Amino acid sequence: MSRRNWWKALSVVLLLYVAVAGLLMPVPRLAILNESIRNLYFHVPMWFGMTAILLASVYYSVRYLRTPTPELDIRAHEAARTGILMGLVGLATGSIWARFTWGAWWTNDPKLNGAAIAMLIYGAYLVLRSSFTDEQQRARISAIYNIFAFATAMPLFYILPRLTDSLHPGAGGNPAFAKYDLDSDMRLVFYPAVIGWTLLAFWLAQLASRVSLLKQKVYEKQLA
Amino acid sequence: MQKDFRLEWRQRAALNGMLLYVGSTVFVCYLSFSLRGGQLPAPAWNALFWIVLLFSAVNAVAKGFLQESRGRMLYYYTVVRPQAVILAKISYNALLLLGLALVAFGLYATVLGNPVQNVPLFVGNVVLGALGFASTLTLVSGIAAKATNSSTLMAVLGFPLMVPMLLLLIKVSKNALDGLEFDASQTSLLTLLALNMIVGAVSYLLFPFLWRS
Repeated sequence: MSRRNWWKALSVVLLLYVAVAGLLMPVPRLAILNESIRNLYFHVPMWFGMTAILLASVYYSVRYLRTPTPELDIRAHEAARTGILMGLVGLATGSIWARFTWGAWWTNDPKLNGAAIAMLIYGAYLVLRSSFTDEQQRARISAIYNIFAFATAMPLFYILPRLTDSLHPGAGGNPAFAKYDLDSDMRLVFYPAVIGWTLLAFWLAQLASRVSLLKQKVYEKQLA
Repeated sequence: MQKDFRLEWRQRAALNGMLLYVGSTVFVCYLSFSLRGGQLPAPAWNALFWIVLLFSAVNAVAKGFLQESRGRMLYYYTVVRPQAVILAKISYNALLLLGLALVAFGLYATVLGNPVQNVPLFVGNVVLGALGFASTLTLVSGIAAKATNSSTLMAVLGFPLMVPMLLLLIKVSKNALDGLEFDASQTSLLTLLALNMIVGAVSYLLFPFLWRS
């Protein structure tokens, strides 16, 4: 294993640890939450990972606008796609959790709606990409939209839900991490989970961009 | 920049069309509700008002870039800086939307009744809304104008981006409807202002790149 790939190994080790310890370690007994509190190790890190990978996507988009190369465009695109995947998994894990804790798959809650709308914003990014024929134009305009989308989607996650009461843990007096439900045992699993899932997101984005780059190379060879 | 603004103002043929559009939308709302008789409850009044504004805003701003001819874009490109163009477009669109929104509010209040108890707050909210819609939609219409299926794209890109703003706007205007104190909506108004500034600044920074093609 080369020295540059240590973080992939770290991701695998951390996620294996999270899968085992997250399901087996003792957790505090809380009314209603019960065992479903373990979802903290899987649902919450998704959003951390999504934010990090979308930030990376914005970084690539900014770099693309400064020096346009097809590689940077592909990296921004694949990072955004990975972010969307993380967001969808986050919505799915949250929805399953809500089914057994709140009794409904979906509730009219600012956090849930904000996350869903942010997914729509990024869905529009994919639609935008598919509606160009010229590659350079597609790359530049989707980079512009990507930065714009990040600037408007992040308030949906981090600002708007804090302004209103919410059923979601972490708002409106409901318990969240850093309060009594996250004891030191849970931190031992939660922080590695955040790091592990975030690293996995970066790994996925890297693999996807390598596949895209190779595909483009093959395509160019066929043309030549 | 002022000259650019005047250029925008000169092609206001669309303005009458937009006024008619808003007027007929409001009238359709009126007719469809008057069939049931009785007053509209305040939340429904509020929601309907913002939906009317949302659709007229998308239609009004979409004209800004979609109807520009290629030659005129080229002409602007040689004459002015891109920053001046986007600022002029945003301020023109903001004024246009503000005018439309106030006309819509007037009409709407006449035919559907006016349950607003705190009018200054409501109007201030509408001003912020017009500014926010203008700065979001101007860049979006610039983006959509480059693509092939631009009118669909305008809606697909624009609506989700406007939702954060719209949620805050609806909340503040609900407060104004209920006649709550200014303090109750202060944080929302400040967030709205901050959101407007973020969107405006990002548009200002990004437009030069969009412009180059």
